[in-house]
Amino acid sequence: MRQSYKLIFERSREGRRAYDLPALDVPAVDAVPANMKREGKLDLPEVGEVDLVRHYTNLSRRNFGVDNGFYPLGSCTMKYNPKINEEVASMSENMHPILDEDMAQGSLRLMYDLEGYLCEICGMDAFTLQPAAGAHGELTGLMLIRAYHEKRGDDARKTIIVPDAAHGTNPASAVMAGFKVKEIKSAPDGGVDLDALREAVGPDTAGLMLTNPSTLGLFERNIKQIAAIVHEAGGLLYYDGANLNAIMGIVRPGDMGFDVMHINLHKTFSTPHGGGGPGSGPVGFKKHLEPFMPVPALVEREGMIELDYDRPDSIGKVKSFYGNFGVIVRAYAYIRSLGGAGLREASENAVLNANYIKNALRGVYHIPHDRICMHECIVTPTEEMMEKGVHTTDIAKALIDRGYHPPTIYFPLIVHEAMMIEPTESESRETLDEFIGAMKAIANEALTNPESVHACPKNTPIGRPDETTAARKPIVRYTRPE
Amino acid sequence: MKSYVPNTIEERREMLKAIGLDSMDELFSDIPKELRLDRELDLPAPMSEMELRDLMIGYILQNDEGGLLFRGAGAYRHYIPSVVPQLAARSEFYTAYTPYQAEMSQGMLQSIFEWQTVICNLTGMEASNASVYDGATAACESMLMMRDSKRKSRVLYSAGLNPDVIAAIKTYAHCYGIELAKVPLDKFGLTDMDALKAALPDSAGFIAAQPNYYGCIENMDAIAEAVHEAKALLVSYVNPISLGALKRPGDYGADIAIGDAQPMGLPLNFGGPYVGFMATSGKLIRNLPGRIAGETTDAEGGRAFVLTLQAREQHIRRDKASSNICSNQMLCAIMSTIYACTMGPEGMREVAEQNIAKAHYLASEMCKLRGFTLRYNTPFFNEFVVDTALPAEVINEALKEMGIVGGLILPDGGMLWCATEMNTKEDIDFLVDMLNNIIEGGEEA
Repeated sequence: MRQSYKLIFERSREGRRAYDLPALDVPAVDAVPANMKREGKLDLPEVGEVDLVRHYTNLSRRNFGVDNGFYPLGSCTMKYNPKINEEVASMSENMHPILDEDMAQGSLRLMYDLEGYLCEICGMDAFTLQPAAGAHGELTGLMLIRAYHEKRGDDARKTIIVPDAAHGTNPASAVMAGFKVKEIKSAPDGGVDLDALREAVGPDTAGLMLTNPSTLGLFERNIKQIAAIVHEAGGLLYYDGANLNAIMGIVRPGDMGFDVMHINLHKTFSTPHGGGGPGSGPVGFKKHLEPFMPVPALVEREGMIELDYDRPDSIGKVKSFYGNFGVIVRAYAYIRSLGGAGLREASENAVLNANYIKNALRGVYHIPHDRICMHECIVTPTEEMMEKGVHTTDIAKALIDRGYHPPTIYFPLIVHEAMMIEPTESESRETLDEFIGAMKAIANEALTNPESVHACPKNTPIGRPDETTAARKPIVRYTRPE
Repeated sequence: MKSYVPNTIEERREMLKAIGLDSMDELFSDIPKELRLDRELDLPAPMSEMELRDLMIGYILQNDEGGLLFRGAGAYRHYIPSVVPQLAARSEFYTAYTPYQAEMSQGMLQSIFEWQTVICNLTGMEASNASVYDGATAACESMLMMRDSKRKSRVLYSAGLNPDVIAAIKTYAHCYGIELAKVPLDKFGLTDMDALKAALPDSAGFIAAQPNYYGCIENMDAIAEAVHEAKALLVSYVNPISLGALKRPGDYGADIAIGDAQPMGLPLNFGGPYVGFMATSGKLIRNLPGRIAGETTDAEGGRAFVLTLQAREQHIRRDKASSNICSNQMLCAIMSTIYACTMGPEGMREVAEQNIAKAHYLASEMCKLRGFTLRYNTPFFNEFVVDTALPAEVINEALKEMGIVGGLILPDGGMLWCATEMNTKEDIDFLVDMLNNIIEGGEEA
């Protein structure tokens, strides 16, 4: 099973080529000044087309996606990516981004309509589609909060409160937006500790960032009180939309009291994750934040969608052009396929599937917060397993050998040895049952034959990699042997 | 009704029963009743795949992408070999996520490693990350790298950067507390060296563009010398296609090379997704934002690839991370890698040379026309600025009637034209004929 695989650079043979171009039909010119000319040959692979195709085809076979099998990576919502959405996204690939508005009405109208749908789904007043990913959306949303306070002359509001259960991007985005971060401890039930929150808020509070359902997969029952505490202190509420897949058509962030939020289109709205992107992180907000939104805003005037740059209080641009348009088209197609009832059905079944798994693993694994969960559940190895030296990593590696992508592991940080399982609505009952069976078999093996679990994965191209050496002596590019 | 949920209603009921519930509603009992939505979402009715396809075609028909394109300005139409989209459509790649589990993600990790090598070799740098969102956000992240490594909060940027890049760095700089100062261009369309030297003291670094927004090829040797003289860092924002002909950032001593790899294998796609690249010298590697793939060995000594140097990243360092970036543009980076490997050294050189030749042919033919003058008497890559006697709006409106997307109209009324290997001599001659007709039409009127 173990088999290393050459780099494309190691397949290079001088003189081979996979490209061709038409012969140059205009005079060649020697226009580059002598001191700006590149000397020598670029060090890129020289391969034939068939070698290139086999190389990347075989590399893809050394990878695992949702199309290969169950991928319950918590917080990442690895749902099925509908094929028709790939097809429709490729229909408008040749559009240059800077065209007269009357030439781009189809693309602009689609974006404008999607903004409207997202407003309805989230209970927000307006959306911008510009941010390229969830963390980029967080940063953009926090910039809006900052601009809001600055505009009011409320300059002391420099602190963003973040629960210790939050995604790592939350505190990192707050710092990038120029805030200080105040972390508050969670209550024993995993929710926000209201007393700790009351103590944390004050005249320096710019806002609170919250995921609901929380990273524990639990709905924050005190959300109304939380919103009241933050708002009364003069702060704003930011909704991290990473877990939106639990609540579509059931409850809306805007109705919970949130002022600003982002959505990960690549999670909730089924666009492929691309091996780590491109995603898309639209930001929604209430009316009072609209003046600060990035330019251009999409506005409808006399039946035409226009790009409005004339917004003096705007934070400006957060990237080139208008957003990851190709991703936006896929999310649009998903919403139009399902409609309101279909989105609710997706959320209901995402939650049902998570509870079904949690219920079946009760008594086999430890469940730290055992109440009805939302779209994901958290389990940990039992004391007995850990006494045998079997930890979350080992269980993850054993799952790989059984053909599953492991859950998110060691997150959230507030749960020791966490495994965060998010099945999504895409999975059938047989898939869930088979996964549950695998989890039970691994639990049994952990107690009866822990060495065997430690040796996992056995059925993969590589064994467990040495990450320490990788970080200590980083090799981040190929260099030819002397 | 369309649904991607496989379980039947009966199966769902049985599953609910298994967990001791009678209805879906009970799953949501933690949500306060008064907050719950008491109606269906008000969205258009669901539709079948066939209806969806028709709907989407309807949107496309409202677009007019133009027949002939002579516009770049940050988004470039180049030939994309068929292997690029075909291989990127392998769903083992595109339906995966960030390779957190190395053993089942060697394909993605090795592809990132190959992308990093391509970017390092194209730019002449020693370390690259796995990508950022686009060229503009690469510039934003480079400001943080400069600030943190130089411990100075003043950053200079060239007026020759793309206006969207300038807009983004202004937005970010405000949040970072970075003081930005613009270095103007001179009458040749090149960085004003006196202004640069005067602005450099106390600056962390300078973001230059090569070629710049107006197509001009900068003297990066002189810029690098001035920047390093002042003990500041040089960030070079480059068009990767130009590196088939131009000196690489590493060759003139740039400290950080950034840009947008869209011209390498990515369609225009109305502005995204594109992919930002960031490469640097070995000593700044720990200041790079985002994912980095590294080579190591597994327990049996075989070669293995992993995500490495993660102690910089948000999921470990939280508020002390070098950036908040999590998802990047990985699939786009794979496409650019496949493009670069398809072209190889000869293809990259030939594309760059064809771009130069086409743009110069277009410029020389166009400027034979009455009232068309090349603004800068400076070497250029695949774009150039022309001042016209007729208002640029009149020219572009008339071209649009003929299915031609003309040069971008600049705020000062000049036109920024672009030609790539995609523009044939026949197309260029046709454009010039049409321009001639427009001039004559204008004179008659």
